[in-house]
Amino acid sequence: MLAVEKLQERFPEEIIEVFESAGQTVVVVRREKIVDILNFLHGDVELLFDHLADLTAIDWLGKKTPRFEVVYTLYSIRYKQYLRIKAQVPEDDPRLPSVTSIWKTANWFEREVYDMFGLVFEGHPDLRRLLMPEDWEGYPLRKDYPLFLEPDKEWPVYRELREKARELARFDWYPTLIEHDQAEEVTEEEGHGANA
Amino acid sequence: MAQTLEIIKKQQGEEHWDEPYYVNMGPQHPSTHGVLRLFLELDGETIVRCDPRIGYLHRGVEKLSEHRTYAQAMTLTDRLDYIASAANNVGYCLAVEKLMGLEVPRRAQIIRVIVCEMARIASHLLWLATHALDIGAMTVFLYCFRDREWLLDIFEEICGARLTVSYPRLGGVRLDFTQEIIDELYRFTDEFPRRIPEYETLIDVNRIWLKRTVGVGKVSAEEAINLGLTGPSLRGSGVAYDLRRHQPYLVYDELDFEVAVEYGCDVYSRYRVRMKEMREANKIIRQCLDLLKECEGEPVLAEGAPDLLMPFGKMKAPQAAPHPKRGFVVKGVEVPVVPEGEVYFAIEAPKGELGYYIVSDGTGHPWRVRIRAPSFVHISALPALSEGQMVADIVAVIGSVDIVLGECDR
Amino acid sequence: MIDLQAFFDMTNHFLLKYLGLSVFKSLVLVGITLLHVAYTTYAERKIIGHMQQRLGPNRVGPRGLLQPIADVLKLIHKEDIIPSCVDSPGVFKLAPFISLVAGATSLSVIPIWEHFVITNVNVGLLVVLAMSSLSSFGVILSGWASNSRYSFLGGLRASAQVISYEIAMALALVGVMMLAGSMNLVDIVRAQVSSPYKIYLIPQIIGFFVFMVAAIAETNRTPFDLPEAESELVAGYFVEYSGIRFALFYLAEYFGMIVMCMLAVVCFLGGWYGPFEIPGVPFFWFLIKLYFLIFFYIWVRATLPRYRYDQLMGLGWKVLIPLSLLNIVITGLIKVLV
Repeated sequence: MLAVEKLQERFPEEIIEVFESAGQTVVVVRREKIVDILNFLHGDVELLFDHLADLTAIDWLGKKTPRFEVVYTLYSIRYKQYLRIKAQVPEDDPRLPSVTSIWKTANWFEREVYDMFGLVFEGHPDLRRLLMPEDWEGYPLRKDYPLFLEPDKEWPVYRELREKARELARFDWYPTLIEHDQAEEVTEEEGHGANA
Repeated sequence: MAQTLEIIKKQQGEEHWDEPYYVNMGPQHPSTHGVLRLFLELDGETIVRCDPRIGYLHRGVEKLSEHRTYAQAMTLTDRLDYIASAANNVGYCLAVEKLMGLEVPRRAQIIRVIVCEMARIASHLLWLATHALDIGAMTVFLYCFRDREWLLDIFEEICGARLTVSYPRLGGVRLDFTQEIIDELYRFTDEFPRRIPEYETLIDVNRIWLKRTVGVGKVSAEEAINLGLTGPSLRGSGVAYDLRRHQPYLVYDELDFEVAVEYGCDVYSRYRVRMKEMREANKIIRQCLDLLKECEGEPVLAEGAPDLLMPFGKMKAPQAAPHPKRGFVVKGVEVPVVPEGEVYFAIEAPKGELGYYIVSDGTGHPWRVRIRAPSFVHISALPALSEGQMVADIVAVIGSVDIVLGECDR
Repeated sequence: MIDLQAFFDMTNHFLLKYLGLSVFKSLVLVGITLLHVAYTTYAERKIIGHMQQRLGPNRVGPRGLLQPIADVLKLIHKEDIIPSCVDSPGVFKLAPFISLVAGATSLSVIPIWEHFVITNVNVGLLVVLAMSSLSSFGVILSGWASNSRYSFLGGLRASAQVISYEIAMALALVGVMMLAGSMNLVDIVRAQVSSPYKIYLIPQIIGFFVFMVAAIAETNRTPFDLPEAESELVAGYFVEYSGIRFALFYLAEYFGMIVMCMLAVVCFLGGWYGPFEIPGVPFFWFLIKLYFLIFFYIWVRATLPRYRYDQLMGLGWKVLIPLSLLNIVITGLIKVLV
C-alpha cells in the first residue's frame, strides 16, 4: 500500500511490523515518535488521512510482551482507504505522547483509554476519568481486573447509597428492600442467568 | 439549593462579586436524550464553557463481551443504540463474518439491508420527534410516533421484539420474511412518502423554527472532520462521506439512492439532511423488496454458520486474570471459532459511523471488542458546537447532533 | 337590648345594601370563573389531543369530564414539600397567592353583561393592566425564593418578558381608549355598539393583533413560554413547588389567560352584543366570543414551536411596539377624518 511504503521510507527505524488481517493493513510502531508519524499521515498530500475513526487500546496480558497496544484507525475521505497504526506501550512505563494537537476528537478517546487501561497521555489538556466515577480505583478493561468485584472492594459511594436506602425503607408502603445476604445471592443468580 | 447558598456566602466575603454562574443540566432532564450531564458555565444567557460528563449508563459492554462467545456477545450490541438496534446487530455480525471469512447468502443480505433501513427511518422519526419537542412544537412529536409505532409493529412481526431486536445471526438472519411482512412493508413504503410532508408543513418554513435553527451550531467542514463528526451531522456541513458509498457493504452497491448533503453547516441543514435520508431509506426498502422477489425460497443462513442455539445456563464462577482459554464446545453447543486476527468494520448507522474493532485470539471468546460509537464522538464535539451560544440554543444543538447515551457510555 | 337590636339592624341593612350584593356577585363570578379555569385545562388537553391524533383524557367520568376534579383532589393530598434552603419560607408560600389574587382581582371590573359588573370604576382598563403586571410579581418572587438555579433563570426571564410586552399591550389598548373616549369598560362596549363599525376589531385590526400576541406573552403561553420551558428549564419558576401550591400557579396561569381573553372580548369584539338577543341568557354572546378566543390560545399552543429568549425580546421591542404606535396614529386619523 502506498501509505506503508511512504512510512517505511520516512520512518524506517520506528516500524516494528507490517501485517494484514482480514484484508486490512496494520502497521506496528514504537511509541516515541507517534505524533510525528501521525502528523505525516495526516498532512501528506497523497495520503490525506484526515479522519481519525478510532483510538483505543488492547491489553495483551500473558500473550505478548509489550503489554499494551494503542490502536489508531485512520481513514482518508479523499482516497477512501483505511490504515491501522498500533503503538506498543510496555507495562512498567505506561505513557505515550498525545495526538490531540492533530485531531480534536482524540481528546475524549484518550481520556477513555486512560480511564479503562491506565495509560497516561503526555500533553493531553485534560486527562481525567470519563466513564467511571471520578473516585474509582483501578482500571476496568485490564485483563487482571475481575468482571465481578468482591463485596469488600465495593465502591464506597454505592455502599453508602445502599445503607441510606435501608434507613429510608421504613417509610415504604410495601417492604421492597431485600437483606444484604439475600441480595448477594439474587444478584449472582441474575448475573449468571443473564449470561445464557 | 445548597450550592447557591455556598456561592453566595463566598461572594459575600470577596471584594468583587463577578462570578460565573454554574448550571448543571443534570442527568435527569427532559431534553438531554438520556442520562447526559452538561456542566455549563454561564455568563448571563451565554455559555462560556460546556463540559459534558458521561458514564451514567456505563454497563461495561466491552468487558462483558470478552466473557461471552461471539454469538452471545451479539445480544449485548442490541442495547447500544437502542433506538435503531437492528443496525448495531448487523454491524457486529458483518465484522465477525469478515474476520471468519464467512459468506452470507444473498437473501439474508437483502433482508439485512431492509432491516437496517427500517431502523434508520425509526431512528430519524424519533430524532425528529424529540428535536421538535425540545424546540417547542409538540404536535410533530405525536405524528412521528404514530409512524414509528407502525414500524415497531412490523419489527414485532419479523422477530418478536419491538425495540431490542436480535434478528441477525452470524451467517445470516434468524428467520425468513413471511408474505404478510412483505405485504405490510409494501403498504408502508407506499404510505410513508405521503406522511413526511405532514411533518414538514408544521415546521419547515415556520418563522419560529427557522429563527431557532438557522445559524445555530455552525461548524465548518474541516473542523467537523477534525472533531470526528460522521453521518448526517457531517453531511450537513457539506462533506459527502457516506459509508454506504465509500465502503459498500451488503448489497448497497446494487441499489440506487442519493446521498443527502447540505451546505448550510448549521442545525437547519442537519435537519434537512435527515429528512432527505428518510425519503431515501424508503426508496431503498422498496428496491430491496423487489430484489427479494427474485431470490424466493433461498436460505437465509449460511451453511457453515455456527449453531443457532446460544449456549444456555449458568456460567462457571467468574475468574480473575489471566483470561482463561475456553474450550470450543460450551455446554454441548459448538461455539463459533474465529481465526486469530483483528478487524475494524464500520457501517453507516443512523447516527453516524458505527465501528466494531474485534480482536480474536483463536478461541471461542473474543479477546477485545471495541465499539466506536458515533454518539461518543458527537458528545465530545458538543463544547465546540455550543460555546458562545445561548442556553436555549444548546438544546437545539443537542437535538441536531442526535445522541443516544446507550452507545456513548456502552 | 333595644340598642343592640337597632345596631344589628343597621349593620345588616348596610351590609346587605352596599356590600351584600357585591359580595354575592363576586362569589358568583369567582366561582364560575374557577369552574371555567378548571374546565379550560380539560378542554386544552382534549383539543390538543385531538389535534395530535389521539384522545385526551377519557377515563374519569363520561368522556373524561371529571378529570379536573380528579386532578384537584389528587393535588390536595400530596405532601407539601418546602425545600429547606429556600430564601424565606414566607415569601415562598406567598408567591403563588400573589399571582392568583392579581389575576382574580381583574375580574372585578370586567362586565359580563350590561348589568353585571362588580365594580364599575371609571378607570377599569387601568386596573386590569395594573393587575396583570402584579401577577408577574408572583413569578419573580417564586423564582427568587426557590433558591434554585433553574427557577432563578425562569424568574429572570419572566420578569424581563412581562415588562417588555406590557408596554405593547398598553399601547394597543390606547387605540381603543381613543375611539371610545373612556376607560370605563361598560362605556367602551356601549361606544362600540353605537359606532358605525359595531365592533372595534375592524378599525383596530393591528391593535387586536398586537394585543393578542402581547397577551400570549404576558401569560407565559407558547410560543412565549420560555420561563417555564419544559425542555430547557424543567418548569422554570415553579420547579420547586409541589401539590396544591403548584396547582395554584397553574390556576393563576389559566386565570390570566381567561382574564386576557375577557378583556379582548370587551375591548375589541363588542362585549355582550350579538346579532340577535337570546331571552333569558344575556351573557350568551360574551361566552361564545370568550370560548373562541380560548380555543385560539390552545390552537396556537398545539402548533407553534417556542421562541428563543433574545428573539422573544426582539419581537416585543422591535416589532410590537412600533406596530402599536402605528396603530395609534391610524386611530387618530380615523377619529379625525371619519
